[in-house]
Amino acid sequence: MSAFPATEDRGGPAQPLLTVRDLVKHFPVRGKGWLGKRAVVRAVDGVSFDILKGETLGIVGESGCGKSTTARLLMHLIGPDSGEMVFDGESVGDTLALSAYRRQVQMVFQDSYASLNPRLTIEDSIAFAPKVHGVPAATARARAHDLLHRVGLEPGRFAGRYPHELSGGQRQRVNIARALALEPRLVILDEAVSALDKSVEAQVLNLLQDLKRDFGLTYVFISHDLNVVRYMVDRVMVMYLGKVAEIGEGEAVFSAPAHPYTSALLASMPTMDPTRRIGEAPLSGDPPNPIDPPPGCRFHTRCRFAEAVCSTVDPALAVAGAEHRAACLMLAPGSGHGRAPAAELAA
Amino acid sequence: MTNAVEIENLVVEFTGGSRPVRALDGISLSLKQGEVLALLGESGSGKSVTLRSLLRLHNPKRSRTSGKVTVSGRDVNALDADALADLRGGVVSMVFQEPMLALDPVYTVGEQIAEAVVRHEGVSKAEARARALALFERVRIPSPERRLDAYPHEMSGGMRQRAMIALALACKPSVLLADEPTTALDATVQIQILLLLRELQREFGLSIIFVTHDIGVAVEIADRVAVMYAGRIVETGPVAALLHDARHPYTRGLLASRVERVARGERLETIPGSPPDLAALPPGCAFGPRCSRATSACQTTPPELMVDGQGRAVACFNAMTPAE
Repeated sequence: MSAFPATEDRGGPAQPLLTVRDLVKHFPVRGKGWLGKRAVVRAVDGVSFDILKGETLGIVGESGCGKSTTARLLMHLIGPDSGEMVFDGESVGDTLALSAYRRQVQMVFQDSYASLNPRLTIEDSIAFAPKVHGVPAATARARAHDLLHRVGLEPGRFAGRYPHELSGGQRQRVNIARALALEPRLVILDEAVSALDKSVEAQVLNLLQDLKRDFGLTYVFISHDLNVVRYMVDRVMVMYLGKVAEIGEGEAVFSAPAHPYTSALLASMPTMDPTRRIGEAPLSGDPPNPIDPPPGCRFHTRCRFAEAVCSTVDPALAVAGAEHRAACLMLAPGSGHGRAPAAELAA
Repeated sequence: MTNAVEIENLVVEFTGGSRPVRALDGISLSLKQGEVLALLGESGSGKSVTLRSLLRLHNPKRSRTSGKVTVSGRDVNALDADALADLRGGVVSMVFQEPMLALDPVYTVGEQIAEAVVRHEGVSKAEARARALALFERVRIPSPERRLDAYPHEMSGGMRQRAMIALALACKPSVLLADEPTTALDATVQIQILLLLRELQREFGLSIIFVTHDIGVAVEIADRVAVMYAGRIVETGPVAALLHDARHPYTRGLLASRVERVARGERLETIPGSPPDLAALPPGCAFGPRCSRATSACQTTPPELMVDGQGRAVACFNAMTPAE
């Protein structure tokens, strides 16, 4: 029972659902920088990746790494300064109109309360966007009830309630139902379970996996909780100060991280074993300010393998394994780093 | 040796709203000298209210408190205003979750630390500043001399939390209360702060109560854990014992629902339902409506915390056995 013209698969399973190339977003900050140059936050600074059909792609990183800005760019909530996005073969904003794109890409935010209109019943919240897109009110309402049922909220009890009458877990279920109301193909989950109590988080994670299977969805799963990311994702992308540090199969990245930053991030996770507690912090200090990121490799100021070359050369993503890449000079043949493999001879 | 903290049958009710909310429903707790205790629980379980009660921070006009709270031999609820001010910071002090809100934005962090030292010890400003500098060095703030003159907004999150810890330790308290001090921090900074607290605890022989909702953080820092649910302590025990052999169905459920326990994509075990509304608690065990082992007894009276003599205690009529 679809209320929309079918959005069938166009390019086949091998074509990425969304291809992102050289995405850049800088935010101006108030006041003048050095020599009167306006200072900018380099929130996302040349990011490229693919989202494959049917996968869950995780994005991890610390505050200021650009993961939430990336999510907002993917949703086109904010426009990029430059860069290109191709959705199943069609260029977003060019051959694919923004309104058509936005219907196929939906988002669930961290704050379940702030993302719902307090004056709308949850039924109205869920039916709102389909009505905007031209679905008759009765159909939209029936579909809202359907979705409430699907996310585990009995429509008879919940449809007429307001957001403040629900618990945090129930509200997040409403947000998920609302995201699905337009029958999207890609759902971006930006810290969607982070504000939930632990005993409720597991319920919502199970629900997300059921919905993904039943509706054939593709997820972008953004979280600071590495355990949850490891459990949820097929592939994972690690970001640091607006750049991709590492990307690859989840298990490969978590069991054999190739970038020193990823290693440090994983080694900072609590051990859950009181006899083998962490004895030494893997990194010292906070992540640097993205207004004025270090030159060269942005991680070199905190990296224990850094050499002189790291402060001048900005590493590109290099091969770390099958479908596994990391932006580190130690992996790039002939990069000049002492640990890098020798340059390959010309064939 | 007397215990650092002794709480007996503490009840806290907030009366500011339309219905009174019973945030703490008769908790009893003791903290030995030099011990690190983690209070583990979800939002609304009463862990922060417990901490605040130790400093008597709740407004008496909007709350009712009964029960006895003893910190280093002092009966906190019986102190007069002067003695209470001496207690706060001098005997017991607190590190908050969000240092940006806890520090005063219009004074430099150095001034704030020096002010506390002058108030408690009556030393000169120069001496107080020297103490602040030594503390900044101790909590390993880089370029400490310069940082003393920084305002809170000029510091990064991790640095502010180090400054907050320096302020808390400025007047040599024996008990440190930490209210989710690493929750707002990034993973790589969180572990630095946990290690710093562990190191300071050993060096100064501090007794610490550490509030967290993250079981992993509790394991990294605590000797003993007390699990709270809906204003009561439901289980306590040494960290390792609790991890491997939890007795309360709620603790068991929390541990079983952890994502680390199952392979990717497998179904997670869950606790059904959500935490109860404190203004409308069921008459029996507050966890009863979510519990798979609940019996008729659970619906009438809340179970008391029963001590087993091996440092464990559990409040459940149908507690689990190690074999289960």
